[in-house]
Amino acid sequence: MLVAALADVAGLSAIRIEKGEVVAEAARDTLVATMTTLRDDPRFAFQQMMDLCGVDWPQRVPRFDVVYNLLSVTHNQRLRVIVATDAATPVPSTHTVWPACTWWEREAWDLFGIVFSGQPDLRRILTDYGFEGHPLRKDFPLSGYVELRYDEERKSVVYDEVKLTQDFRRFDFESPWEAMTTLPGDEKVYQERAAEMARRLADEGKGA
Amino acid sequence: MSDPAVMPAATGKRTIEIDSHALNFGPQHPAAHGVLRLVLEMDGEVIERADPHIGLLHRGTEKLIEYKTYMQALPYFDRLDYVSPMCEEHAFALATEKLLGIIVPERGQWIRTLFAEITRILNHLLNVTTYALDVGAITPSLWGFEEREKLMEFHEAASGARLHANYFRPGGVAKDLPAGLTDKIAAWAETFPKFLTDLETLLTSNRIWKQRTVDIGIISPEDALGYGFSGPALRASGVAWDLRRSQPYDKYAEVDFDVAVGRNGDCYDRYLVRLAEMRESLRIIHQCLAKMKPGPVKVQDRKFSPPSRADMKRSMEALIHHFKLYTEGYHVPAGATYTAVESPKGEFGVYLVADGSSRPYRCKIRSTGFAFLQAVEMMSKRHMLADCVAVIGSLDVVFGEIDR
Repeated sequence: MLVAALADVAGLSAIRIEKGEVVAEAARDTLVATMTTLRDDPRFAFQQMMDLCGVDWPQRVPRFDVVYNLLSVTHNQRLRVIVATDAATPVPSTHTVWPACTWWEREAWDLFGIVFSGQPDLRRILTDYGFEGHPLRKDFPLSGYVELRYDEERKSVVYDEVKLTQDFRRFDFESPWEAMTTLPGDEKVYQERAAEMARRLADEGKGA
Repeated sequence: MSDPAVMPAATGKRTIEIDSHALNFGPQHPAAHGVLRLVLEMDGEVIERADPHIGLLHRGTEKLIEYKTYMQALPYFDRLDYVSPMCEEHAFALATEKLLGIIVPERGQWIRTLFAEITRILNHLLNVTTYALDVGAITPSLWGFEEREKLMEFHEAASGARLHANYFRPGGVAKDLPAGLTDKIAAWAETFPKFLTDLETLLTSNRIWKQRTVDIGIISPEDALGYGFSGPALRASGVAWDLRRSQPYDKYAEVDFDVAVGRNGDCYDRYLVRLAEMRESLRIIHQCLAKMKPGPVKVQDRKFSPPSRADMKRSMEALIHHFKLYTEGYHVPAGATYTAVESPKGEFGVYLVADGSSRPYRCKIRSTGFAFLQAVEMMSKRHMLADCVAVIGSLDVVFGEIDR
């Protein structure tokens, strides 16, 4: 129902149902118009933007996804809108559509370095004052580059380069055999489970 | 003060300019509920601008989770909203289960529903009483913490820990309830309504309490929706929206409860909604206890849930499963899901992206308080400084989840 109606909205493509959730990809340039339609059209009525986040795919061009999770309290439906962008191209800010976007956009800028055009308050939000880099990017190391310590001579807390007392350990437990989630000869169990899940999701879909 | 030299001496009038003061509220202030730093611009004692600075408790949870297996990632959720740990675990467990395509056994679902509601009371008790403390009433917190201690004993009996439970797991719960715990919960549930009534006599019609909260920090339903409000804060504005009712998970579809809704969207209504919700939670607890049947509490597929100790002593297969689960962990098929639960504070969501390996590719945590805090400026504008404290208290913010 929602999927069919979404096909009329300009700027949305690749509308599909993934694990019972409706997902659509939106064109970056016309994002604000698309989102305004999704909010104001009585068929959609997505009054709430519950969550906005970035996802980093370093091997892909463009590199980032910006994911909007919308919720309509009148129709009891959710929609996930995905916009692709790279580190240089700004995404139009949707804070005029939902005021909630301001902080989530600040967070995406802080953690991923995704730029939002038209956002008047694009400050860092979660990291420290004067932090450099975007920590949730996949090429940012888990340990970071700097650490805080108390300097006895200067009698204050200072930033220093990270010094690991032992090598950073990342165990690779993935053996080539276990990487197969479906074991040969065991396919039936997985097919049955998938069928049961599909049935369940179809039931939930009817209720929504 | 303006320069006397430019004052028009002939008219005899004096122009006095008063600078607004910038005031730093927190991050160490007890009424800041943790580590909120609020930069306030004051006109006398009236707030002109409020700029919350958050992130003082940022621990990089989302980044850390990307480096852990799904089972190792779960305890991080306790540490997000440490006032309602099990509800946060619930969101992650449901998201992982959805990606894995596994269904939790009946008893597992009932236990999770039961403990999600115990956690809700735990959270509301802390919020209502500390909120009263911020506004000047000390007795509720002394009473409430005693009651919380009883509930945390249930947490401890089930999971071994009072706060950081690590009890809900993808596929069910860690272990079955110990013998006799359901009776203790039932006995407590008999005494709790009296406590709630006592608590209400302290606050609900208390003159000082009402002066401090009625018509303070009003948010209209439209604004509340636009700012991404959820949970009691949204319901207090008159929007009857509860994920337990509208998008039920686990056993919420099978229990009977009412959704408490406020009318004015002020601090007082948010308090009333929470109080009513505790009574509804109690109803759900009674039903869970009545409907719960013996049975398995987690998925019996050894590819996802570890075998029992006893099995491991005898079965080679069980030993291998145990070893693989606790080193490599299970692989989750590639895909993405946004799964939300009605945590005591509101909608708590997890956007989980799996790439087919045993570690989450991306785990975005949609914290409830983040959206609330953003609206603090709008809600406390033109209010007195002390009202700002009431607004923050009524929104129920916990920085573990906001800063992540």
